[in-house]
Order: sequence, then structure tokens, then C-alpha cells
Amino acid sequence: MAFHGSAMEQAGSHDRARALNAFRLGDRAFYWITRISAILVLLLLGGIIVSLIVGSWPAIVEFGSAFLTTQRWAPSAEPPVLGALSPLYGTILTSAIAMAIAIPVGIGIAVFLTELCPLWARRPIGMAIELLAGIPSIIYGMWGFFILGPFLANTVQPFFIDLFAGVPVLGSIFGGPPSYLSLFNASLILAIMVLPFITAISRDVFATVPPVLKEAAYGVGCTTWEVVRHVVLPYTRVGVIGGVMLALGRALGETMAVTFIIGNSFRITPSIFAPGTTISAAIASEFAESDGLHQSSLMLLGLLLFVLTFFVLAAARLMLLRLEKKAGKQA
Amino acid sequence: MNPIYASRRRRDIVVRALCFAAAAFGVTWLALILFTLFYNGLAGMSWQIFTQNTPPPGASEGGLSNAIVGSLIMTVIGVGVGAPVGMFAGTYLAEYGRHDRLSPVIRFINDILLSAPSIIIGLFIYGAVVVPMGGFSALAGSLALAVIVIPVVVRTTEDMLMLVPNPLREAASALGLPRSLVIRRIAYRAARAGLITGVLLATARVAGETAPLLFTALSNQFFSVDLTHTIANLPVTINNFVQSPYAYWKQLAWSGALLITLAVLALNIGARLIGSERTAK
Amino acid sequence: MTDVSAAISTRATAPASLIDLDAPAKIAVRNLNFYYGQHHALKNINLSIAANRVTAFIGPSGCGKSTLLRIFNRMYDLYPGQRVEGQVLLDNANILDSRLDLNLLRARVGMVFQKPTPFPMTIYENIAFGIRLYEKLPKSEMDGRVERALRNSALWNEVKDKLNASGLSLSGGQQQRLCIARTVAVRPEVILFDEPCSALDPISTAKVEELIDELKDHYTIAIVTHNMQQAARVSDSTAFMYLGEMVEFGPTNKLFTSPADRRTQDYITGRFG
Repeated sequence: MAFHGSAMEQAGSHDRARALNAFRLGDRAFYWITRISAILVLLLLGGIIVSLIVGSWPAIVEFGSAFLTTQRWAPSAEPPVLGALSPLYGTILTSAIAMAIAIPVGIGIAVFLTELCPLWARRPIGMAIELLAGIPSIIYGMWGFFILGPFLANTVQPFFIDLFAGVPVLGSIFGGPPSYLSLFNASLILAIMVLPFITAISRDVFATVPPVLKEAAYGVGCTTWEVVRHVVLPYTRVGVIGGVMLALGRALGETMAVTFIIGNSFRITPSIFAPGTTISAAIASEFAESDGLHQSSLMLLGLLLFVLTFFVLAAARLMLLRLEKKAGKQA
Repeated sequence: MNPIYASRRRRDIVVRALCFAAAAFGVTWLALILFTLFYNGLAGMSWQIFTQNTPPPGASEGGLSNAIVGSLIMTVIGVGVGAPVGMFAGTYLAEYGRHDRLSPVIRFINDILLSAPSIIIGLFIYGAVVVPMGGFSALAGSLALAVIVIPVVVRTTEDMLMLVPNPLREAASALGLPRSLVIRRIAYRAARAGLITGVLLATARVAGETAPLLFTALSNQFFSVDLTHTIANLPVTINNFVQSPYAYWKQLAWSGALLITLAVLALNIGARLIGSERTAK
Repeated sequence: MTDVSAAISTRATAPASLIDLDAPAKIAVRNLNFYYGQHHALKNINLSIAANRVTAFIGPSGCGKSTLLRIFNRMYDLYPGQRVEGQVLLDNANILDSRLDLNLLRARVGMVFQKPTPFPMTIYENIAFGIRLYEKLPKSEMDGRVERALRNSALWNEVKDKLNASGLSLSGGQQQRLCIARTVAVRPEVILFDEPCSALDPISTAKVEELIDELKDHYTIAIVTHNMQQAARVSDSTAFMYLGEMVEFGPTNKLFTSPADRRTQDYITGRFG
């Protein structure tokens, strides 16, 4: 093979320097654009906190800590009396019921998808679950409002009301009358909404279990359930809890899925079949037409919700981070 | 059969059955929701939906054209503003900022914003944009969507750039490429499918967002493309029509919901196809 | 040992490969020390790399040979926590000078990596890309440059009909020659090879070695390899490194047949490493 052309015909290094100089300004500019954008993410968080505090300041000054313990919500009273107890109660109760339903079902689906499902069906079912997670929450909300609410009020609620009638405590928790709009209906819709999140994250963390561990357990004759119970779940515990917390963060702040069917009632009653409200539902239904102290109180509700979800999400992320580090060490 | 083994087997079968039931339960909901959505949404589907504006209360004729256009405008602006910012920030985390002590903090905060309740974003934009501007506006709605887009794109951009092998960057540097060109011409190109997937997923995420628009863009009964005024949009229109007493409005709400869902599903599936194309290579 | 001697003896027939240390030094390393954080990775290295010769660096893994190579184009600058002391003179100018334009340096000192690293673009673009950085050429001239680079790396005949195919579609050996073509196209003065054949099959390895032999007429070449036969086959002088020290440096045939240092002898006879 002959050498073609003179490879030593070096481009003058002067020309090269000039060409590179032309890049230099763009190089610095690009660095700073990316850096400023990254810092903007921090500023966003700061902006959210500052604007919530500024907006809710009048309410903080007016009500102080009594805001947290007052059940009454009377924006048009003279003077207005506004308290967060009912939306806080509704937010926590609906999320708790939703998680109680969604955690076992969501993890069950993940186990089904990783251990039991025939291979050909894994992708389509997994994809269906993920698409379920992508559907906008207002669709769940209107579906709950038009379809699920009436269904529950006509079948499930009467069943439970009859079942526990006369039983102390349970009788009042499942107390009548049946209602289209209730905390229970909202909880069920929330459960359906967060189910795909729990499944998707559980499935992903289950996939981090090294196959050799599972094979070893199957190798000594463990059943599928024993492998899940004694190998998969202990190994992925932190990740699954992280995923559950993430879903809880979603449930706490979910707005459109619950606003239609929770009833927007600020009265706390023992029955889960009674209407109630959540923080986000209260903000969604009242904010646009509010002003003054009423609006400021809604902002304060928003601040409470943000603080609540911030801690839940932060805990979730820290747990998932721990799992990532563990997986990283093994790789 | 050994009694211990028999009981172990029984328990295994019960748990298997429960897992199967859980999967059936999950898939059933999806099927039910999609079925009622298509059933009710298609019933009202006609050209009117795309050609006529939202009707006044009680009317029995009208469409969603102003809401569709408004949603498109705000989604495009929201993604147009949010995606570049998110992409640059993600680039910083994955490229320049790998050894910056600020990066883990930014990453953590970003992950929190990623799952923060969207109604909070609405409150933020209300305080930061609506109040100073003196009123609800399409611009405020678009910015609210942008704030939701940013963390999604930051996350996907960083993840995708981290998948670009380091030797490729070294090889580009070894040719004498300045750092920014290594990123823009080589790393971006290697991660292209993933970056597009991220933007599509972010678009899907905001296409149906309702809560942050309720008190930023509000809604508008008429056709408007003025960014400084309220603007009609599908999610808030659906929100208003669902709770109305008028049958025709409810019908339009179903049709609008079907449109949004189809758009979101199409974006999700498109994103997945592009994503799997990359892994197939 | 026998393989290495065989490689040397076949080479010995070619008079040009006899080392003449009078060849002018292209790169001179003076009292070089290098630290990764607290770890002292290179200890007081001194050597000269002759122009238009192939200099090989051998030694067990972790001996610092790749680290040394990556100083010649300041690749270590991409990562934090590293510190360098001493001097590395390229044509009598110290490249460790912090004011030096790194990109300009890297245009003069090209590098080929262990794993083939084609850019995610077409074969043609892989080559044209680097050229375009420094020169604005009309299409016809660019075509000529791309063809020449591909011919010079013995790849032209294999790819001339699919220049618009992705660089990733080539086989591993072809990808590595594409990377060499890409490096050559920018017209560097020095080419660094960092274990260029460790991911290649024997036939591709032979092609790359042949190529290195041809390239040295026009370029100064430094190659890191863990394969002693390869060092014996392609290089004019060889440096043996161990635990961050330069144990022995001299003409390849001398180092492999009558090493001066005990450690060198142990290594090339396979007693460790």
C-alpha cells in the first residue's frame, strides 16, 4: 500500500489556532447557559417556597397555629373563620385508604410480572400498566364522577353499610347514607391512579435482584412465593418502600382525580361514605374565585401540602438513592 | 406427599392466585376506563368538534376548536420554554457538573420537583406571574406547563447522556474538539433517541395537566390566541363542563377527554418506540 | 520468550528498524511526576520519544503506562483531582504549561483508544468531522481528504461503496481503522495508541500493526500495549514500566534480548505481570 498524498502537509498551526479561537466564545457561552439552567432548577424550588410564603402570610398572621386545628371553613363570615383541619384530615385519610389498597395490589402485579407471567405477556401487560400511569388525572376524575361514583353508591356502599350496621365503631365508619360524592370514592380513584406507579417502580427494583440469588433459592427447592418472600422482597425492601413513598407523594397532592367526587364538604364526620375535601380539591374548586384572606388561606393550605409532600418525596428519593448505590456497587 | 411440602405448595398456589388476581384487577381498570372513554367520547365525535367554538350554556350545538387550539398553543410554548432549559440543566449535571458539589443537590431538588403536586406549580405561577401581570393569561398557563416540563427533561437528559460511553467523549476531545462541541456534536448525537423520548414524555405529561391551568390560564368561552388574555383549553373546559347541568356540555367533556387521552397515549407510545429503537441498536 | 525472540529476529532483517537514538526527539519527558489524589502514579519519569519512530510502553497493568500516554495529549485534564509535576516538551515547548491551548495540542497529538470509538454518524462524516473543525474545504477537496485518510488506514477498499453507512455498522477491526483514519485526517504530528488491538481479533490486529508500521514514516508514534510480542513487532524502542517507575528504556531488540534490569527480564520472561 502506497501512501497517498503527503500526510505531512500540516495545516498551518496558525490557521488552527484561529479556527479554535472562533469556538472559544461559544464554548464559554454554552458552559454558562447549561450552568445557569441547572441553577434555575434550584431557583424554581426557592421561587415556589417564597411565593407560597408571601401569598399565605396574611393568613399566617391572622390565624397562626389555630389554622391547623380549626375545622370551620367560612370565608364569607364576618370576620372570616378558616381552618385547615378538614382538608388535612381528608388528604391524609384518602391517601391512607388509597395506599392500603394500592400497595398490596401494586406489588402483587409486579410479582406477577417478574415471576409468574408467561414471557410473551410480560411486555404487553407491563406496557398497559405504564400507559395507565400516563393517563391524565382529569380522565380518572371524570370517570370516577360519571361511572364509578354511581356504581359504588348503588352497590358497594349499601353492602358495607348493611354489613356493619349496628356494629360499634365499624358501624359509624361505614355509616350511611350512600353517596356519589364521598371520601371513599375519592380514595378508590386515587388507588387506581397510584397503582401503576407502585407496580412500575416495584418491577424495576425487582429487576435489580441478581439472577444468581434467585437461582440459588430455586436451586434448593424454594417455591415462587418463598423466593419472593425470602430473597426478592428483603433484597429490594428499600427500593419498594421508596416507590411506595413516591406514590404516596402523588396521592397526597393529586387534584383532578379527587376534586369531582369528594364532595367538597369541610365537615368532618366519622363515615368514610360521607363527602369531605382534600387540600388540593379545596384549592382547585375555590382558588380562582377567591380573594383576600380566603385566597391567602388557600395559599397557606398549598404551603402545608408542599411541606407535607416535600418530606414524603425527599424520604422516597433518599431511599431510592440508597438502592441505586447498592446496585452501583455490585455492577 | 410430605405434609410440610404440601402446605408450602398450597401457600404458593394461593399467593400465585392472588398475584394473578391483582394483575387482572389492574388491567380490568384500564380496560374499563378506556372502554367508557371511547364509548362516550366517540358518541359525540364529529367535525363540529374541530370547527366550532365551545357553546354557551344550554346550547345544543358547538365544538371544542378554541379549546383545542388553546391547548396546542400552551403545550407548544410550555414545552418550547421548558425543554431547552431542562436539556441544558441536564447537560450540566451529566457533563460539566459531574464533580461539582452543587450537582447532587440540584439532582435531588429536581427529583422532588418532578413529583411535586402540579397544583402547587399553579399557585406558584399565580403568585409569580398572574398577580404581577394583573390577570390570568395564556402566558401564565404556558409557564406553569414549562415548570412541569423542566424537571422531566432534566432527568431524562441526564440519564441519557450518562449512557454515552466516556471513551467516545475522550475520542472527540483527542481530536481537539472544544468541550461544548464534544457535547453538542457527539454526546447529543449519540443520545439523540433518548433525548427525543424525554421531550415526548414531558409533552405527554403536560398535555392533560389541568390543576396548574385552573387559575393561571383560566378558560375562555371564545376563540383567542392572545397570550396576555385568558385562553380556552381542553383540560379546564372539561373540568367546567363535567360539573355542569347541561347534557351537551357533558357530551363535549367526554369527547375532549377522548382527544386528550388519544394524544397522550400516542405520545407515550411514540416515545417508547423511539426509545426501543435505540436499545435495539 | 521464544515468541518475542521470533518477532525480533524477523524484524532484524529490516535495517530501518535498527534503532538509532540520534533521531531527533519529538517529545522529551523531564522529571515527570503524576498524582491521582494522594496516589503517586508516575515517579520521576525521564525519556525521549524520537521523531518518526515507534516507541512502545509495556508493563503490568497499573504500572502507569496508560497514564503516561494520556499526559502527552493532556487527556487527564478532563478529570479533576489529578496533579502533574515536571516537564513534557513537544518540539521543545512545555505542553504542561497551564496557558497552553489544549485543543490545539490535541490537534497536534492524536490518539487512538483501546475500544474502537466511531462517532454516531456516517463513515464519511466520521472523517470529515474532524477536518471541518479546522478547515473550510469545498466538497470535492473534502472528498479527496476523506478518501486519502481512508486509503492511508487501509480501509478505503472495504468502505468506498458505503460511505454513507453508519460508522457503527462496521466490524470491530474496521471501526478501529476508521478511528485511525479519523485521527490521521486531522494531520497530527504525533499519534498515541492506547492498547489499540486489545479488543480486536488476530487478523484485525495484524492489519492495525501493519498500518502502524506504515504510519511511522510520517508520524511520531507512541503505543501502550500489554502484549509483548506486539511491542517487539511494531516498535523501534521500548520502555518497561513498573509501579509508576520507568525501569528500562532502550532499543526494542536490546530490551527484549538482553535486558539490563532484573525486573525487565522477569517480566518479559513471563515471571510476573
